[in-house]
Amino acid sequence: MAYDKFTILKSTAVPLAIENVDTDQLIPARFLKATERVGFGDNLFRDWRYNPDNTPKKDFVLNDPTYSGKILIGGKNFGSGSSREHAAWAIYDYGFRCVVSSFFADIFRNNCLNIGVLPVQVSAVFAEKIFHAIASDPKAELEVNLANQSITLLSTGEQEKFEISSYKKDNMINGFDDIDYLQNIKSEIKEFAENLPL
Amino acid sequence: MSNTLFDKVWDTHVIRKIEGGPDVLFIDRHLIHEVTSPVAFLGLKSRGIKVLYPERTFATADHNTPTINQHLPVADPLSANQLKALESNSNEYGISHWGLGHQKNGIVHVVGPEYGITQPGATIVCGDSHTSTHGAFGAIAFGIGTSEVEMVLASQCIMQPKPQKMRINVTGKLGFGVTPKDVALFIISQLTTSGATGYFVEYAGEVFESMTMEGRMTVCNLSIEMGARGGMIAPDETTISYVKGREFSPEGEAWEKALAYYKTLKTDADAVFDKEYTFDGSKIEPMITYGTNPGMGMGISNNIPDAEDVQGGITTYEKSLNYMGFHEGEAMLGKPVDFVFIGSCTNGRIEDFRAFASIVKGKQKAPNVTAWLVPGSHIVEAQIKQEGLLDIFNEAGFVLRQPGCSACLAMNDDKIPAGKYAVSTSNRNFEGRQGPGSRTMLASPLVAAAAAVTGKVTDPRDLIEELV
Ligand code: SF4
Repeated sequence: MAYDKFTILKSTAVPLAIENVDTDQLIPARFLKATERVGFGDNLFRDWRYNPDNTPKKDFVLNDPTYSGKILIGGKNFGSGSSREHAAWAIYDYGFRCVVSSFFADIFRNNCLNIGVLPVQVSAVFAEKIFHAIASDPKAELEVNLANQSITLLSTGEQEKFEISSYKKDNMINGFDDIDYLQNIKSEIKEFAENLPL
Repeated sequence: MSNTLFDKVWDTHVIRKIEGGPDVLFIDRHLIHEVTSPVAFLGLKSRGIKVLYPERTFATADHNTPTINQHLPVADPLSANQLKALESNSNEYGISHWGLGHQKNGIVHVVGPEYGITQPGATIVCGDSHTSTHGAFGAIAFGIGTSEVEMVLASQCIMQPKPQKMRINVTGKLGFGVTPKDVALFIISQLTTSGATGYFVEYAGEVFESMTMEGRMTVCNLSIEMGARGGMIAPDETTISYVKGREFSPEGEAWEKALAYYKTLKTDADAVFDKEYTFDGSKIEPMITYGTNPGMGMGISNNIPDAEDVQGGITTYEKSLNYMGFHEGEAMLGKPVDFVFIGSCTNGRIEDFRAFASIVKGKQKAPNVTAWLVPGSHIVEAQIKQEGLLDIFNEAGFVLRQPGCSACLAMNDDKIPAGKYAVSTSNRNFEGRQGPGSRTMLASPLVAAAAAVTGKVTDPRDLIEELV
């Protein structure tokens, strides 16, 4: 699925200082019945965001107008659990383009990269600094520069580098995906398949 | 050069290595279900691409299916629509489709092995994180997202960097009443839910060598719960005799060729792992979880640990205990139980129902407990009947439902109500996983059975008269 190119993102961030945020929280299973990729943002963090009678829960950060932005900063081990890509779709559809955490679950990280959400893994210390900066000023901005692989806390100028493979980086900067690549090597794939043990 | 089992299978399937990027990995078998495939097919359509090898993909409906009255039309229009989409997409692209009511229908990770789709040394993917189950056969099997489902349909490949390698050895013999589920929950409690992130695990040692295939599947199934990409066990005689003669297993000359390949599938003696753990199997107790992730497990006779003794944030820990309505230092034994669920791709196989029967036989279901017994497939269902387990269940006041994922993820009507406590043999105790507000305690089929007849958390060893 095509997505918007990612180059430099300058934005405020929404803080969610909870560890082990699992994909069942990001999008509960009962919202996985769609056959098209539409409307998942409305149900992002559904059960943390809304009471059973569908009124918003006042104390949840997405319902607090103080915080907004295209970056979500979460606690350690973000995105654990189910492989549902719907979790990443919900994040994208809600309006986030980047998730920052000191540690990501594997499948979730892959899913994000495949749909144009940039997972930025920072040190625990830097994550703390971001949380701290937002706590003292909710309008504190971050700049994520994909080409330089850097994330900067603009209020203090503090910066950290993050890892991403050069292949995925090029993909995201250009809005390409893996299928584009694989379609180009189809004959090589077919030849390989002839000689497999199974 | 010395290689691990994982290296051997991975390297055999690498078509290309991209510098500064992932490997292009060929996928032997692809399993799909109704929830994570529709958008992948839409993607194929919009790109105008065909499925490259339809004969390597198998579709079954399981996540969203009812577990009673399967002969009737599915009542929920959204679920019905999703099931229909799986059927029409499979038909359009020439993929075998085992829909609701089909004799081969069942949970994707239960039917795959039953029909021999799962083979030692294969690469297997599915848009479900518990695809790690198939690693029990010495396959590299892992869960993927929908974009990757589309990739596999289009090209039979995925693009991922090679993970690091971890070996977990469990030595000795398991104690009385201790099952493969307990071994897995124990390991996760030691490593935490992120302790194996970035790794592919090989399980080794006497405990796994003497396990049945069903038990090995339970262990590998739960690999994802400690963050691992997957887990695998080297194939041996147990594996080969399970695989031989199944419908999709190789036959004749192809079988001989496959067998020669299977025999190469073991870690060389001097191969090196990036990380290695060793545990003493004889020290493991029946386990139960007390919190809202599978790493929050403990021996059933212990008390809930204090926040100070637990790794991770105290706020997260408190949030978790609050959700469960539990407190630090409390005993789990004796806690009231409202629901018992036996089933899922973790513990929905025949051996699990035998274990459950061994406890409930001659007893009665506790009046305060609602129990859902859900076989993983029609084969399991038929075995339950043939072996007389159904009679045992019925006499003890239990009914058997029809195959499916059921309360494992509560996408269908099998939802644990808000605030209620469930002892579940499934794999996730996340907030709301088994229904909004549900409170899940993960455990083995023996612990589930003990709870079902006593109505509270009970050590199954107190109910088994004879050593097994
Ligand atoms: S039983 Fe649960 S974990 Fe297994 S395939 Fe179904 S939903 Fe996934």
